[in-house]
Amino acid sequence: MSGVSLTVNGRKIAREVADRVHLGDFLREELNLTGTHLACEHGVCGACNVLLNGVPVRACLQLTAACEGAEITTIEGHDDDALMAELRAAFTRHHGLQCGYCTPGMLATARDIVLRLPDADEDRVRLELAGNLCRCTGYQGIVAAIRQVLADRRA
Amino acid sequence: MKAGDFSYRRAGDVAEATAALAEAGWDGKAMGGGQSLMPMMNLRLAQPTQLVDVSAVPAMRGVSADAGVVRIGAATTHAEIEDGAVPGRLGQIMAGIAADIAYRAVRNRGTVGGSLAHADPAADWPSALLALGARIVVAGPAGGRTLALEEFQQGAFWVALEPEEIIEAAELDEPGPAARWSYRKYCRKPGEFAEAIAAVLHDPGGGTRVVVGALDAAPALLADGAALIGADLERCRAAVAAVAPGLDDYGLQLHAAMLRRALAEVAA
Repeated sequence: MSGVSLTVNGRKIAREVADRVHLGDFLREELNLTGTHLACEHGVCGACNVLLNGVPVRACLQLTAACEGAEITTIEGHDDDALMAELRAAFTRHHGLQCGYCTPGMLATARDIVLRLPDADEDRVRLELAGNLCRCTGYQGIVAAIRQVLADRRA
Repeated sequence: MKAGDFSYRRAGDVAEATAALAEAGWDGKAMGGGQSLMPMMNLRLAQPTQLVDVSAVPAMRGVSADAGVVRIGAATTHAEIEDGAVPGRLGQIMAGIAADIAYRAVRNRGTVGGSLAHADPAADWPSALLALGARIVVAGPAGGRTLALEEFQQGAFWVALEPEEIIEAAELDEPGPAARWSYRKYCRKPGEFAEAIAAVLHDPGGGTRVVVGALDAAPALLADGAALIGADLERCRAAVAAVAPGLDDYGLQLHAAMLRRALAEVAA
């Protein structure tokens, strides 16, 4: 067991956690933040992407005990984020999800793409999305949504 | 798929890390960003009982340059290198390699030292840094030593580290102004581990280093690299077959194709 103090969606948390518990399980089972979705649990699918100190990471590959002092933002923590509001609207408009399982991770990656690569073209968006798997949409709607937010921001 | 039981400890400095590893012996494992080790632990392919997290050790973070030698702390992340943490021409080369490692969410945590210690032959740094002539600064409880990467890499997932030792940094010489570089890898999907890798540094001032990677063994530094510049596919097949006799025809062709393209690019 390790004592860990971290901030999750702006809330300070201090807990004793078993060392083997990864951040995804901690968020879901200890904090009831079930918006972070676990699928492959070995870093391939991207469904569990959350922000750690502002940048996307795989929650399944991040030990909770290693999060001392970290700021975590999950899909539940973006209510006041203007960019995430734009992305949500664009995902809705372009049908960027069907079942929604990959969506929290997609949005974490999408936000990073828009912030880090404001000039990204379609090829670059698709390349950056290679680490997030979606089994419903064929990616067309997701790519279209991200491209629209990029275009709107460039306008 | 969850990791088995283990104890986690975050090291504050190199001495604490090596002491903790010495105590744990073969059941201990140093961890950088955990982007290879955690998947293996989640799949129970690796089951260390003591993890020693070295990702926040100050002496292992960041990049410095002095008199043409660039020192890259082992806990420097791929994303930091992608974003320009390494200066100069070497930095341009390394940023290009870093940008094609896995995915950004993985690059934000994964480290150079972790990749080298893990020594997956299909990973990027083991081949790329071998071609760039990296030296590995190893720290242990009794002090440090520095090895050429070709001595450090012993085989697939096998390096010259004792259980109590860690990689503290990689050191590289800044390539000369006329140096040419090419790095080619074949992946079926962006971000996946490569099926074939070729890396070539052609530096008229400092020699030529030709590496074939993604083999069943450690990446191979070819003996007659300079003579291969501009080689055609048949010569590339022969050169790959000489260092990797176990490859089937498909694997041989993939590796030879990557090698031919890299050798052509530096000759252009």
